[in-house]
Order: sequence, then structure tokens, then C-alpha cells
Amino acid sequence: MLKIHDLHVSYGGIKALRGIDLEVPDGKIVTLIGANGAGKSTTLRTISGLVKAESGSVTYNGVELLGQPIYKILEMGIAMVPEGRRVFANLSVLENLKIGAYLRKDRNEIETDLKWVYSLFPRLEERSWQLAGTLSGGEQQMLAVGRALMSRPKLMMMDEPSLGLAPLVVKGIFEIIKEINRQGVTVLLIEQNANMALKTADIGYVLETGQITLTGSGQELLTNEAVKKAYLGE
Amino acid sequence: MTETKSRRASWLALLLILLFWAAVILLDQIIKPTDKLYMLLTVLQKGSVYALAAVSMNLLNGYTGLFSLGHAGFMLVGAYTYAIFTIPSTARDTVYQYYNAAIRVSFPEIFSGALGGFGTVLGVALAVILAGLMAAILAYLIGLPVLRLKSDYLAIATLGFAEIVRAVFQWSKLGPITNGSNLLKSFARTSTFKLSIGEMSISLSTFVPVLIATLSITVIVLIVNSTYGRAFKAIRDDEVAAEAMGINLARHKMLSFVTSSFFAGVAGATMAMVLSIAQANNFKSAMTYEILLMVVLGGIGSISGSVMGSMLFVAASEWWLRGLDSGRFLGINAPGVFRNGFRLVVFSVVIMIVVLFFRKGIMGERELPDLFRKRKKPAVKEATE
Repeated sequence: MLKIHDLHVSYGGIKALRGIDLEVPDGKIVTLIGANGAGKSTTLRTISGLVKAESGSVTYNGVELLGQPIYKILEMGIAMVPEGRRVFANLSVLENLKIGAYLRKDRNEIETDLKWVYSLFPRLEERSWQLAGTLSGGEQQMLAVGRALMSRPKLMMMDEPSLGLAPLVVKGIFEIIKEINRQGVTVLLIEQNANMALKTADIGYVLETGQITLTGSGQELLTNEAVKKAYLGE
Repeated sequence: MTETKSRRASWLALLLILLFWAAVILLDQIIKPTDKLYMLLTVLQKGSVYALAAVSMNLLNGYTGLFSLGHAGFMLVGAYTYAIFTIPSTARDTVYQYYNAAIRVSFPEIFSGALGGFGTVLGVALAVILAGLMAAILAYLIGLPVLRLKSDYLAIATLGFAEIVRAVFQWSKLGPITNGSNLLKSFARTSTFKLSIGEMSISLSTFVPVLIATLSITVIVLIVNSTYGRAFKAIRDDEVAAEAMGINLARHKMLSFVTSSFFAGVAGATMAMVLSIAQANNFKSAMTYEILLMVVLGGIGSISGSVMGSMLFVAASEWWLRGLDSGRFLGINAPGVFRNGFRLVVFSVVIMIVVLFFRKGIMGERELPDLFRKRKKPAVKEATE
């Protein structure tokens, strides 16, 4: 279980996170919603070690993550699907997936996981020799998710997987998120598409200018007046 | 690709390399220095040196996406290391006529004492490897501060470094080691290598540089196709994503820089062997640009492209376009137009045309075998959604 306590992060002099507390229980889908610049991405990037925190603590099953190198955090089973997909455009789909398993040495297990990813995304298997840059946006998102799964994570963090995708494709992506979760992967999801995210999630957090202002189950937040007004446009 | 298929491809590649080697040795015996075709041998010798230099630059610039312009500097270090450690003791004092030579070791001599002809080859091989190592060590030291820089800044820093190396090697205070601004000569050249079977003597002067280049390029190909190679390409495509996948950026960039410089050093040593002199003044930044041009012509991110680019470049500048400088070209006699320097004008125009119409170089990002592979039919028509 991931636990964040009183986390402060700033870029130069600008405070991005002003002491947030957050919990991601095992086996759940947790979502973090909020406007642009609220600090959603910063939270994820801090957990994965890409950004250094100022103070506070982030523990995973009791182990402190702050100050650890990125690969150590990845080895503990925390993978990230970065914002804007960021697939390796000049590498083939297969090579992209293999990079996802870069830190693993167990060859046979990697083959098994490759088959598993292909069973989740049959489209990727059809296009395994195609360069990732030539895929459509939706397929690239599938590849980004598949690549993260190749490290066999226990916790997968996703940064706006619906960004720039057609509504129908977004629906498909959320179906996949639920499927991955059913197969035992805990998910921490960041979204601007609050409606979809809250419908999918077990627990939701609302982040505003670096602070958490609301917490509750997905359903509770969906019906909350303040959330409706600010994020659901009603 | 299936396991057996890729194994068959490796055997085929090995066979082709062996055939190529045999052809090179044969040509070396048939073509006499007076023949018109003698230029072919020169092109093969110089071309393989440049091919190795271009491929090693491509490893860094094309595969890892680090735009470095320090190549001539590393080649210089390689050339000097090789020369210093292979000058025979009898010739040393004539070479270092203005200084008192400080390094008095000659690898080929040490080993030939005990092992004869084989010892000479071993000594030369060791000197070549040492040349690569010196360049690699220097690259490591330079890389510590410089690899933190990105794109253009890295290019400027490495370019400046190469100029500093050139200046230091010409510094008279270092004369006892580098012979100051004078050239180093009399060391083991390619024409030293002969194979004697009974009364027959087989010249290996073209084969030696070709051998060094093919072996080194094969190693680079293996690196590029390994997990490390994949990590390099990932860094080139997207640093942030590569980092998020657990790839240690600093370590992999350093690894690529050091490996590339090692082979640049080997290329420098081979160049000294082919030209039979080593002089710091030859390794100007213009040389780096020439190599960069070969990489771009061949296709950034294609090893066979770099090899083809270098061979074509050397053949064109040394052989095919020679006539433009000496008054007669393609049977046209026009000493007024075709005189010294005109070759470079035509050459520049050719390069402009290539860059304009083959923007991704000759090969783009493909490799030679890709051209023979049947293009895959797009798998299954778009399924109904």
C-alpha cells in the first residue's frame, strides 16, 4: 500500500504541492482529479522519483521512496504511464515493450508477460513490427500501458490516459484499466476527465492548488455538489 | 523473427564477410601500383578507416542522440598512441630529432623478439587496442562534466575539447612524448604486413585496415542490437520516458560516449597505419565535419548507410572527381575550368543535391538486409470497429 504524508514539492520558488496526504490501498483504483496546475502530475512524478520532494514522506509497504533512485522504485513494482504517452517513436512496438522490461533479467517470465500484454491488446500483436510513431493515438496509449505492464508492476500510475483521444477510444482505455485492476494490479489514475475517472475509481481525491480539498468514494464524489460544479460542468 | 531464421542470417553475414576479405586480398595481389585501378585499393584503405570512424560517430549521434563533434580529437589520441608505441628503437632518435624521446617502448619489437613475425602482429594489435583505450579513458574524463549538456551545447563543448587536444599535442613542452608539432613516422605501416608462404609473398596492405574496420564494425553492430543498443535508442527517442522505464541516463550516455570514442581511437590508429604518418595538424575540426557528412549522407541511424556513405565519399573525393582538378573530366578537355579547387565546387553541389532530395540519407534508418527482405503485407485489414 502506498501512503503519502504531508508531501511538499516546489519548482524553484513556486510551490506545487503544499502538504498532501493520500493513500492507495492494495487492489483498488484510486483517482486524483483536479484542474491544470493543481499538482496532479507533480504527485505522480514525485512518487516515481522523477521529481525531488522538499519534505514529507512517501512510503510503499512501509519503505520510504523519497530519495531512492528511479530504477529502485520501479524494481519495487511501481510503474508509470507518462503523460502524453511518450512511446519511443523510432522503435518497433515489440522493442517498446521490451524496453518496458528493461530492468528484468528473467527471460522466460518476460515472454509470458509479453503474451499477457498481447492478450490484453491484440492490436499491438498485429502491429508488433510497426514503428511506434506510426500508430494512432489510441494505439500509442495502449502501447504506453502495455510497456508499463511489462515491468510487472504491483502499482501502476497513469497520467491522463484519456488525453487527446476520441470518446470511444477513451471508453476502451477505461475498460482496459478495469480489466488490469481485476487481474490484481493496483491503479493510481490522474484525470481531467473527472466523470469517467470517478465512475471507474473506488476512491477519489480532489486536488486544488497543491492541496487535497475533498476525499471520498468515486460515487460520493460524482454526486457531490462542489465537484459537479467545478469538474462535471453541471 | 524466428530463432533459426536469425541464426541463418548471421551465418550468411559471416560468409559474406569472409568472401569480402578474400576478394580484398586477391585484389591486393592483382592490381599493380601502375594500374589505373590502383585507386580502388587506396579507396578501400582510406574508406575503411573513415567507415569505422563514421560508424562509431553514428553510435553516438545517430543511436544515442548525443550530438558530439569531438571525433577528430579522439582519433588524434588514437593515432598518436599507436604511433608512439610502434616506432622501432632504431628509428626513434631520427624521428624525435629535436627532443629526447621519453617513451622508449615498441610493442612489435618486444614481442617479435620472442615470437618472431607473429609477435610483430601481436604488438601492433596491442598498440591498436591501447590506442582505443586511451581515447576511451579521455572520453570518460571529458564525459563527466560534458555529458550533462544537451544538443547544441554538447556539440560546442566537444568541438572545443577536440581543438584543445590538438593544441596540447603540438605543445613543445610535451615534445619528448608527442614530438611537438613535428610528425611521427617510421612506425609499423600497412605495407609492413606480408604473408610469406615459401617463395610467395602476399601483400596484406589493404587487408589490414579492412580487417580492423570489419571487426570493429561487427562489434558495434552487436552492441546496437543488444539490450544496451535498445536503451540507447530509447534515450534518443525520449529521455524522460527512458528514465521512467528505469534506464540510468548518465550511465548509458557515458557508456555510449566511451564506446564511440574507443572505436574513434582505433580508427585514428588505423589512419596512422594507412597514411604512415601521424600529425596533429591533420586532425582538425574539418575532419569531424567530413565524418559527420558521411554519416548524414548514409543516413543517421543506419550502420550500412554510414559504411556506404564513407566509401562513396572517399571514392568521389579521391578518385572519381580527381579529373576536375587536373584538366580532363569524362573525356572533356578544359584546363581553363577544370583546375585546382574546381573539384570541391562540384563536390559541394553534389552534396547539396543529396541533402535536398535524399533528406534521410541513402539508407534512412534501414540497414542493407532490410532492402532484400520482402516487405510485410499490412496485417489484416482494419477490423470493423
